[in-house]
Amino acid sequence: MTVRVQTEDFDVGAEIARLRKGNPRVGAVASFIGVVRDLNEGDEVATLTLEHYPGMTEKSLKDIVAQAKQRWDVYDALVVHRVGVLQPLDQIVLVVVTSAHRGEAFKACEFLMDYLKTRAPFWKKEATPQGSRWVEARASDDAAAERWS
Amino acid sequence: MKSSETQTGKIRILYFARLRESLGKGEEELVLPEGVTTVGGLAEFLRQRGDVWASELGTGKAVRVAVNQDMAEPETAIGGGEEIAFFPPVTGG
Repeated sequence: MTVRVQTEDFDVGAEIARLRKGNPRVGAVASFIGVVRDLNEGDEVATLTLEHYPGMTEKSLKDIVAQAKQRWDVYDALVVHRVGVLQPLDQIVLVVVTSAHRGEAFKACEFLMDYLKTRAPFWKKEATPQGSRWVEARASDDAAAERWS
Repeated sequence: MKSSETQTGKIRILYFARLRESLGKGEEELVLPEGVTTVGGLAEFLRQRGDVWASELGTGKAVRVAVNQDMAEPETAIGGGEEIAFFPPVTGG
């Protein structure tokens, strides 16, 4: 399993190819890509700046991936999360899970995103025409994570 | 088990995102104040600085705390040599 926090963009095809390379037992690859939208809470978003807690971020992501591997029969998992200044259309996060069958891969991938959004120490600040503001946590994200407990 | 030396030692406090901006600092070191043994006790000590400290770390605010990079609760014990972080609910992904 691999977790990475980086400022650079990522190549989804290359990441998936690397994750499943040399494992002929993989029958399913599920992936999720989060991207920057140009509209939030009714305002145009010019840039999105991501801050994180170095050290704890990697630790919490590894813990979340370990939980996914305990719950479902997955071969491998990858989480890549970007930090720094991003713009609309930019990729923010990538989660990839490999498994023998799609059911396990889909579930583990969704679990990873739900837990990442409520547990990994990242924070978003968006620049809008009205000024900069910190993005507020959503109750719907907490509810999504609760489904798995 | 902690020695009396580490119990009276310094702690490192980190602040992130909105808290870092409004409190005007990202980190500080201080000698663990007398009588402070938990996360909640440390928050109360910091609130006594007044102004933004009282409002940002106030009971009505959604503030999360990690001790040595693990999520913690108000009753989590703290001691010298530890890293304690205060931050708003996370918004990654």
